[in-house]
Amino acid sequence: MGKVKVKKADVWIDMTPMSDVMVLLLTFFMLTSTFVKNEAVKVVTPGSVSEIKVPETNVLTILCDKEGRIFVGMDNPRKMGDLVSGMASTYSVSLTKKDMETAQGAASIGVAMDNLAAALAQGEKLNEFQADKGIPTDSVNGKMSQFQDWVQTARDNNGKDMKIAIKADEGTPYKVIKKMMSELQDMNENRYYLITSLKSSEE
Amino acid sequence: MAKKKASRQKKMNTRVDFTPMVDMMMLLITFFMLCTSLAKPQTMNLTMPSNDENISEKDRNAAKASQTVTIFVCGDNKIYHVDGIPKYDDPNCLKETTWGKDGIREVLIKHVTEDGSTPVADIMAAKIKLDQKKLANPAAYPDSVYDAALTKIKKGELESGKVPTMTIIIKCTDNATYKNMVDALDEMTICSIGTYVIDKINPQDAELLAKRGIK
Repeated sequence: MGKVKVKKADVWIDMTPMSDVMVLLLTFFMLTSTFVKNEAVKVVTPGSVSEIKVPETNVLTILCDKEGRIFVGMDNPRKMGDLVSGMASTYSVSLTKKDMETAQGAASIGVAMDNLAAALAQGEKLNEFQADKGIPTDSVNGKMSQFQDWVQTARDNNGKDMKIAIKADEGTPYKVIKKMMSELQDMNENRYYLITSLKSSEE
Repeated sequence: MAKKKASRQKKMNTRVDFTPMVDMMMLLITFFMLCTSLAKPQTMNLTMPSNDENISEKDRNAAKASQTVTIFVCGDNKIYHVDGIPKYDDPNCLKETTWGKDGIREVLIKHVTEDGSTPVADIMAAKIKLDQKKLANPAAYPDSVYDAALTKIKKGELESGKVPTMTIIIKCTDNATYKNMVDALDEMTICSIGTYVIDKINPQDAELLAKRGIK
């Protein structure tokens, strides 16, 4: 009896086209995306029809959550470091080298100045520590408030080209926004970018 | 014959196994997809008036009453508007409306000034015409030309002649949310209103709102 010879199928699959596609996708993602910053608080921005993009560099982001806690951050780590060290020297807070490294790595910082060293000493846990803090906006004895000092320091460090972006939660009471904007207006900062997410005009 | 066979070059298999490469690519792509944000968030430009009292007082008086609408953005997502200058002794000048297309936007579009024109509708129509022209011939309308044309339209300088423009005063109460404020600003963008200002609630406004029991 003739044995039925089973033809051995070739199981080799050519992966070249697949890897081509992968490389393309990878390149696309690398070029078009920016890294998500680990911000101190979660903020849901309101929708708007405006299509203007956020400026890329030299931006001071003011973060404001639902409860009205305020955090500030710069777009790049070096500037963030400069901002924190500037503030530390104004309020004579001494920071260690490790504290400065934490400050540079932080996306945003929002604690009262007497708490700054303690917050930065938290290292990786900075965001957990400061989530329920925020920068105080009330001025003492007619002097600039700490929030105004942060903005002023950033302005002094980065010159007049620095832009101010406000990222507030859609549920933030207007009272808080009013207070914050009026402090900014007091120091002649009258132009802001309000960060929003896109929606259509039909909604 | 035997010698010939020995010298024959062995045929090398030139197929390279790409599977490990694909694995690595998959990993990298997953990493980038999870750790990055693709879309940049949108922004809205806002220029607040200076806190300098003298300047704002002069600007406030500049607009004609019939070309002014005051919008009160209140708590619980409520919105009220006053056509013209608020009459502080008459709480009924406050009219309630809703957010969005059929509410405040319609109020603005249908607003008629004393000389019988509807400035918002006219200006919006002009903007649509400009957009169509841009769409038909994008090369002729680079951003600089388009923006200049849009600014002109917002100032009321239309092809058919000059039309009056609206001045909107937005007043938000403490109970309004940030979203309400952004929505109000959004309506200004949609209706192509060039002059609007976010103003503070003054004691008279507060009294007027309190008379109607508005938060």
